[in-house]
Amino acid sequence: MIKVIVPQIGQSIAEATIVKWFKKPGESIEKGETLLEIGTDKVNTEIPAPESGIIAELLAKEDDVVPVGAEIAVIRSAGEAQEPASVARASLPAVGGHGGPPHDSAPQTPAAERSIADTMRYSPVVRKLAQEHNMDLGAIRGTGEGGRVTREDLMKIVESLHSDIGATPAKEASVRRVPMSRVRKLIAEHMALSRRTAADVTTFFEIDMTGVVAQREKAREPYEKQHKIKLTYLPFIIDAVVKGLRAFPVLNSSVEQDEIVYKDDIHIGIAVAVEEGLVVPVIRNADRKNILELARAAQDLSNRARNKRLTVEDLENGTFTITNPGVFGALMGTPIIHQPQVAILGVGAVVKRPVVVQDAIVIRSMAYFSLSYDHRALDGSTADGFLAHVKRTLEEECATAE
Amino acid sequence: MSMNRALSTNSAIGESCSVEILESISYEDAVVLQESYVRLLIEGNGSERLLLLQHPPVITLGRGFHEQNLLYSKEWLQQHGISIHDSTRGGDVTYHGPGQVVGYPIIDLSRQPDLHLYLRNLEELMIRCVGDFGLNATRKQGLTGIWVGDEKLGAIGVRVVRWVTSHGFALNVNPDLKSFEYIVPCGIKHHGVTSLQQLLGREVPLAEVHESLIKHFEIIFKRKCVSAD
Repeated sequence: MIKVIVPQIGQSIAEATIVKWFKKPGESIEKGETLLEIGTDKVNTEIPAPESGIIAELLAKEDDVVPVGAEIAVIRSAGEAQEPASVARASLPAVGGHGGPPHDSAPQTPAAERSIADTMRYSPVVRKLAQEHNMDLGAIRGTGEGGRVTREDLMKIVESLHSDIGATPAKEASVRRVPMSRVRKLIAEHMALSRRTAADVTTFFEIDMTGVVAQREKAREPYEKQHKIKLTYLPFIIDAVVKGLRAFPVLNSSVEQDEIVYKDDIHIGIAVAVEEGLVVPVIRNADRKNILELARAAQDLSNRARNKRLTVEDLENGTFTITNPGVFGALMGTPIIHQPQVAILGVGAVVKRPVVVQDAIVIRSMAYFSLSYDHRALDGSTADGFLAHVKRTLEEECATAE
Repeated sequence: MSMNRALSTNSAIGESCSVEILESISYEDAVVLQESYVRLLIEGNGSERLLLLQHPPVITLGRGFHEQNLLYSKEWLQQHGISIHDSTRGGDVTYHGPGQVVGYPIIDLSRQPDLHLYLRNLEELMIRCVGDFGLNATRKQGLTGIWVGDEKLGAIGVRVVRWVTSHGFALNVNPDLKSFEYIVPCGIKHHGVTSLQQLLGREVPLAEVHESLIKHFEIIFKRKCVSAD
């Protein structure tokens, strides 16, 4: 048996990542042929096989971080029978036969048995763990193939040690420092900038969405069949927002020094949660689109956001933003204004609730809408006037539309 | 002892390394070229090389590539004239384009087999080079490359086979910095990447950069650079 170990590849290098295995167990390999590639920092390097033979075992997986000197593969030379491996297995019961909690048995393990244990193969991860927790691998009964000690075995022991004894010495506060991704950093800056810039206030309305729910139910199938569009409440809400912005144009403005810049075009940004954070693609000229066109635009943008197909233009020049924490179950939120806009609408989850209508308790589909606005540009009466307008559109137009 | 040092340095500098300057070569062609040089060197039939070149706009994805660091779809980028290549070098995603001096040393490290030392030497090479233009670039702990303040001026990604190096470094001399936005989000301000041109306020002739790199390469890597032809 020939052991393959992680070679010393630099004075300051203590560990490396397995980038790729070029061979699988059972395959043959020539001396000097590439067995694997490892990486450290910004360098990748190939490791050739030290001898010709058959790959008996790979002891680490791709993406595993392994210490220099760790055994990562075993090659059986061509003439070699399987004997050595079976010898190692034969000695297993003697090693692992103690049973019982390892912290009891560890000190009692006879030296002779341990020396046999030393000849057993452990994966680098297991060896590293054992070293970290100061455990004697020879004293542990493994559950892996042929009694080998696995990572899970060790983790179980570590956990039981902590729960059994209870009085483990107070550990130094353990923290993990992860540099922010670029996207994270940009979101952080943008959000903090908004809070530094705007005098933001949030106001809430409760809106009866029963009419919208019915409209959507009615249109859902034809939309799906004829247009391949999954109809949500969003297009109805955008439509109501557009009408509100027309009635209260200051909500569709920006503050520049001492001026309020009113915008004729209405471009509605839609906040979309994506894997690495949040993006706000923009539906252009939302005021010139009907429900079908809004639904199509919203679906297209959110699909492209999730597939990373948005272009810079898709993200620019929004004049008002809608965010929808309701999709995550939130009843209401206090969204942060997307600068340089002056307001953002948060849509809470649509939930059936008992409400009082004409002195009777009835079940209606309700949602809380929140509007965060910049108090520099407008006051509460305007903000609430706008939200009331949105409410009226959603409750009355949708309820009466046929 | 100082005598010994001097002697060993002298004898080492006798090793010659052919410098090849290519005005513009596609990423694929450069990979093929490097592979052939690496093979020749491993087989003992070739000399060490230092390739200095420019690539047409290309985004390369190293073995350590994380999908989220590419901000546009591959289709979109290709439509906009930027090709994309998987690369066998270490590191994540990077951009190469005109105005960037890319250096690919094909050298044998087996007499000094230390990968991190090699990375530090590549950094040293770029730091001394931009020093010739009056810039004080630094290293950042854990972030291979060279930096001015918080902005990256030179990047590194290396592959080593049998201790023979390929790929190497990319120094931003006069690149179009906007192009780096393909690998940063939303096209909002780029304060992650800088260039000699941006820092100095003038375009820097690439030939001057080549000359400086060759000069410091000879000292740092103890090799005599000769023109390859």
